[in-house]
Amino acid sequence: MSNQGKVDCGRRRLVVATAAVGGAGAVAALVPFVSSLLPSERAKAAGAPVEVDISKLEPGQMMTVEWRGKPVWIINRTKDMLDTLPKLADAVADPKSEKNQQPAYAQNDTRSIKPEIMVVVGICTHLGCSPSQKFKKGAEEGMPGDWLGGFLCPCHGSTFDFAGRVYKSKPAPTNLEVPPHYYMADTRILIGEDKKGA
Amino acid sequence: MAAGNFEKYKSDGSLAGNALEWLDARFPATSLWKGHLSEYYAPKNFNFWYFFGSLALLVLVIQIVTGIFLVMHYKPDAAVNANGVPVAFASVEYIMRDVPGGWLIRYMHSTGASAFFIVVYLHMFRGLLYGSYRKPRELTWLFGVGIFLCLMGEAFFGYLLPWGQMSFWGAQVIVNLFSAIPIIGPDLSIIIRGDFVVGDATLNRFFSFHVIAFPLVLIGLVAAHVLALHETGSNNPDGVEIKANKDENGIPRDGIPFHPYYTVKDIVGVIVFLMVFSAVMFWAPEGGGYFLETPNFYPADPLKTPPHIAPVWYFTPFYSILRAVTYPLFGLDAKFWGVVAMGASVVIFAFLPWLDRSPVKSIRYRGPIYKTLLTIFVICFFILGYLGTLSPSPMGELISQICSVFYFAFFLGMPWWSRMDKFSPVPDRVTMK
Repeated sequence: MSNQGKVDCGRRRLVVATAAVGGAGAVAALVPFVSSLLPSERAKAAGAPVEVDISKLEPGQMMTVEWRGKPVWIINRTKDMLDTLPKLADAVADPKSEKNQQPAYAQNDTRSIKPEIMVVVGICTHLGCSPSQKFKKGAEEGMPGDWLGGFLCPCHGSTFDFAGRVYKSKPAPTNLEVPPHYYMADTRILIGEDKKGA
Repeated sequence: MAAGNFEKYKSDGSLAGNALEWLDARFPATSLWKGHLSEYYAPKNFNFWYFFGSLALLVLVIQIVTGIFLVMHYKPDAAVNANGVPVAFASVEYIMRDVPGGWLIRYMHSTGASAFFIVVYLHMFRGLLYGSYRKPRELTWLFGVGIFLCLMGEAFFGYLLPWGQMSFWGAQVIVNLFSAIPIIGPDLSIIIRGDFVVGDATLNRFFSFHVIAFPLVLIGLVAAHVLALHETGSNNPDGVEIKANKDENGIPRDGIPFHPYYTVKDIVGVIVFLMVFSAVMFWAPEGGGYFLETPNFYPADPLKTPPHIAPVWYFTPFYSILRAVTYPLFGLDAKFWGVVAMGASVVIFAFLPWLDRSPVKSIRYRGPIYKTLLTIFVICFFILGYLGTLSPSPMGELISQICSVFYFAFFLGMPWWSRMDKFSPVPDRVTMK
């Protein structure tokens, strides 16, 4: 069988061609494996909207509901809480909500449809922890003395005001996300869908 | 000495002898035994620091054996059972309370995880002390870095399985790190999770990685690590090549057979190690909240992050480096550069063989520059590790930034400072201190 150093170019070409075709086949065989890592049809279907009754939510209170596996906060803000928002225009990174973190109907001073009712995804835009409530002003809850109330992410220290706007020079790059939502009735919100025809 | 150049076993006529001759004609039994144990010549001056390689092997065996038994009772299922507790969390409770001996096997496995990192960090530090990564052992070192990376993956995937609060939020944070990579990041993190949030799909694939994929790769890398080491021969505390001085039979004059000399020595190390290991396992299996973190005794709640989350201790130095990066650069978020710095702080170890330009290997013959910088490096590593367990604070951030800068300066400046030192003459033969 030995050719003693002589290369049969025809056979060499066949070997290269066979290896190339085989290699292409091996790469093609990766497709089902990689695609199996993507979210399944069941996971994709799980994002159904959630209906919430807020009639029992008193001013100053917050409730948490689960939507797509994430916490969504609904906060009934008092006048006092709302009054802090204009004062923080210089302290927050995106005071006018210019970055696309909310539907157009929530791109306003209070980041909400009704001024007092805030609906926001309670997931820090840094690395996905859920920030904790620090509603009391001042240093009472371990915050700085000039704290006006809002949220603190326990993981990396990002702070947010009562409209979910992130403070400057914090690890979180953007404001908290406002999910699509609309009022089905005065005290019933549907989270996960924009109003039809709106 | 590589295996393979040994004569086949000849029977003395006894039944056992005949059996061994039959075996050896069909399998390299004699040559494996001699090449890797009874005629593998290791330097005779190994000291305390040389226990940790064999101990790492021991812990690997502990983890594999205990892991096999844990999988018999554990269920990777994030669905909530009739009592309102996730099945995975409940199955760990079941192992702890109802499976006979289950608590002990689980504590062996959880203590083993921390022990693995302690032993491996000491093993790596030995390499820094005596220049074990230098030519001709670069490949052994690279396989070792591979093992370290694999071990980190193994620990990370394994930590999700009990499906406690820290499991869940730790995985949430680390997977979200990947979303910081420009362009491909968001899709990459979805591919890792298999869902838009950490959930059942994530738990199942992490289980698969933890019990099949990574252990297989790990065992392969460990085999390659040992084979590469036995090809070049072991380094020693003097950093002298013992193969440069052989007797008339071709055996290094400063070498002794690994078996029985070092097998017996390593057994002493094993006994002491198992005493410490057992003490932790029986009296302090939670390791003061560092080995098993308190929030992990609560089932995962996707709606509520625990007030203080921190990785397990062995990840905290690198986690501190991640948190230390707070400046955006070149139009990319600080978050992205934090991820890059954290990745680089691990991978940079792989470049040591080419960064170190000193003419001697061992710290014994290196001067004050190396001794000082290595000491500061170790102190920085500890400070970063400690800060990584704390909540973020402005002071901690500043200190971790200083330590991170030194951490990288140690490596990146090495091609220059490692040459400038005052060196003392290296002896021809090993010394017995």
